[in-house]
Amino acid sequence: MSVAGIIFSNIHDSNLSELTGIRTIASVPFGCRYRLIDFTLSNMVNSNIKNISLITNNNYNSLIDHIGTGKDWDLARRSGGIKFFPPNVMTYTTGYTAGVGNNYDTRLGAMKTLLHMISHMTDDYVVLSDCDVICNIDIGAIVDEHIATGADMTIAVKNMVVDSVTAASNSFVKSSDDGRLIDVIAHPSEISGSAEMMLSIIVLSRKYLCEVVQDAIAHGYTSFARDVIARNFPYRNYRVYRYDGYFACVSSLEQYFKENMALLDGGTMFRELFEIPNRPIYTKVRNSAPTYYSEYSSIKNSMIADGCVIDGTVENCILFRGVKIGRGAVVKNSILFQDVYTGSNTSLNYVVADKNVVIRDDVMLCGHSSQPFYIEKGKMI
Amino acid sequence: MYKKKECIAMLLAGGQGSRLYALTEKTAKPAVSFGGKYRIIDFPMSNCVNSGIDTVGVLTQYQPLALNEYIGNGEPWDLDRVHGGVMVLPPYQGKSSSDWYRGTANAIYQNTSFIERYSPDYVLILSGDHIYKMNYAEMLDIHKKHNADCTIAVLEVPMEEASRFGILNTDENGKIIEFEEKPAHPKSNKASMGIYIFSTKVLLDYLRRDEADPNSSNDFGKNVIPAMLNDGLSMYSYTFGGYWKDVGTIQSLWEANMDLLGKNPKFNIRDKSWRIFYRNNAEPPQSISGNARIINSLITEGCKISGTVINSVISSSVTIEPGATVRDSVIMGGVVIRSGATIDYSIVDADAVIGKNACVGRSRYDGAQISVVGMNVVIEDGSVVEDGAMLSNKE
Repeated sequence: MSVAGIIFSNIHDSNLSELTGIRTIASVPFGCRYRLIDFTLSNMVNSNIKNISLITNNNYNSLIDHIGTGKDWDLARRSGGIKFFPPNVMTYTTGYTAGVGNNYDTRLGAMKTLLHMISHMTDDYVVLSDCDVICNIDIGAIVDEHIATGADMTIAVKNMVVDSVTAASNSFVKSSDDGRLIDVIAHPSEISGSAEMMLSIIVLSRKYLCEVVQDAIAHGYTSFARDVIARNFPYRNYRVYRYDGYFACVSSLEQYFKENMALLDGGTMFRELFEIPNRPIYTKVRNSAPTYYSEYSSIKNSMIADGCVIDGTVENCILFRGVKIGRGAVVKNSILFQDVYTGSNTSLNYVVADKNVVIRDDVMLCGHSSQPFYIEKGKMI
Repeated sequence: MYKKKECIAMLLAGGQGSRLYALTEKTAKPAVSFGGKYRIIDFPMSNCVNSGIDTVGVLTQYQPLALNEYIGNGEPWDLDRVHGGVMVLPPYQGKSSSDWYRGTANAIYQNTSFIERYSPDYVLILSGDHIYKMNYAEMLDIHKKHNADCTIAVLEVPMEEASRFGILNTDENGKIIEFEEKPAHPKSNKASMGIYIFSTKVLLDYLRRDEADPNSSNDFGKNVIPAMLNDGLSMYSYTFGGYWKDVGTIQSLWEANMDLLGKNPKFNIRDKSWRIFYRNNAEPPQSISGNARIINSLITEGCKISGTVINSVISSSVTIEPGATVRDSVIMGGVVIRSGATIDYSIVDADAVIGKNACVGRSRYDGAQISVVGMNVVIEDGSVVEDGAMLSNKE
């Protein structure tokens, strides 16, 4: 029994439009040294999934740079490994691919174009996953349950209480006590109490996936959620896998900020993401030196990557690799991406500074917990 | 088919490092941790890669497991190559004879066939126990410019310390005219760094002659270099101006770690144009709690710091609980320091546990000696480890 993975790197890009103007949602930085795709990739690799297709349709420079050959995830392989599938605009299209959307507007659209690839795989099962799935989940357990229950499709869900922003940008399901999918609620405007949210990790047999995609080509279907799941669940054995570990949902910049900060309390989130035995989260190795804290530094309740130089005060912050905090600077409640430089005597509060931002000496910037002040990549203030 | 290489490196990594006591009980010296996330061998390996040398033979002998595992296929240093790359070369059993490596020259001699496979014009001999950043390509250029048989890297040491080193006396062009091992009255301050470039033919020729001499101790410094000088070969020095430290003793290992501290440290490992590569372990970021106080220290991924850290180098995944204090110390990977414990002027090796309110070492300003806690040693709650102690786990 072998399992292949298909990862969609652009789904939900628009939820974090500030951060995805220049990158895919897959390459959005998270938690000091990771990109969102690291969680999906590590979950697959830790479950022995070694043949991974990475589907991407725009803004993918940062993603290609991050993944490289895939060797930091042990995915530089002769057989399998990780392969990129950007849109392949065909000059002469004939047969069943003629007229098929070249630009991968949806998950189903992409798989329609890549049907030949899927049908030439030798794996028995396929795991489909988006990239905004921040959790350390045992995908092997989902596959095992999928096989044991004889399901046609198994969808990972988590029961959670959600606000209206999260509700509107996600899909939810209803399931029977024995785990059968009985209803799909896509992007509701509001949900009262708790609901089972789809984690966008879906297991099905490769054979069935081919069937679904061929059917979609024949009927001109475009949406996996609407045209496959919602259309078929009354007739097929679609089931849910109830995940109860930590899961971060980032449907807006505010939520993104909150979920990063939630890592700080040293509580369950940190443990359930990073401290599960034998399931490390891998990321691109940057060969940074250890972080240096000078005699002028003062650090409280922060998570800091390697390669930083701290010469000022840092409180409740997430600092990515290579951040420099100047002498006398006071940085609080902020997220500073890779290689951000803050000059001396700067003061930052509730700021999200993208990669390579430079804050000049004596500058004071302040956002609010509900609306962190976002600074674009490479900007000098 | 083997592709010819211009220059290959042979890295002598078999040393036992007995003066590092507990730290080398189960590990070869080149595999000893350094600077938070490195091993000593990362420095010569990274120098090779940064100098454009892509074929490195690592000669191992003593406790090779940790070292072999660490080097692996050489991927962290970009030394997993189609042609060349890194190769671990242990002593082996030959058809007619088998032998341990009997000296630095004998170790290279026994691997003559490895060198010949790549038919290099030059062979660079390195040792695995020095901390420095050097561009070997520059040294090779000097070697070629002089059309030399051998070029030896030298460091200008303070004259009063010169009698501790092998000293090279040269003429104004850098041509070596005399070599004195630890001279009582040194004539120059050019100390040999144990880094040699040989033209391959000359090297192999002299290794064979050295091997045939039953009175030789098969050592480069003691036998091969003096023999070449006697024969009047063209030998030059290459003066190195940067930071260099032999970390063969507890004191020098501690000092070299401390040299990394400061915003403008004596030895800069943050230089992006000369990166030091290391094997990565997928550790989470470091978390610093609200109780932590950190002054002039290096801290590495995976650490959880809630105590006080002053003038120290902390390796990956170290836990320092609230109320614990670490001062003037080097703490290696995975160590747990329980609340209220005090560590002063010490080196604590990987995965040791320091119990609650335990006290290890004494302030270096009180004339104390460095104390060493070996790998996996557990210090009971409330116990005291005297300064200068060397504790190791005998299991």
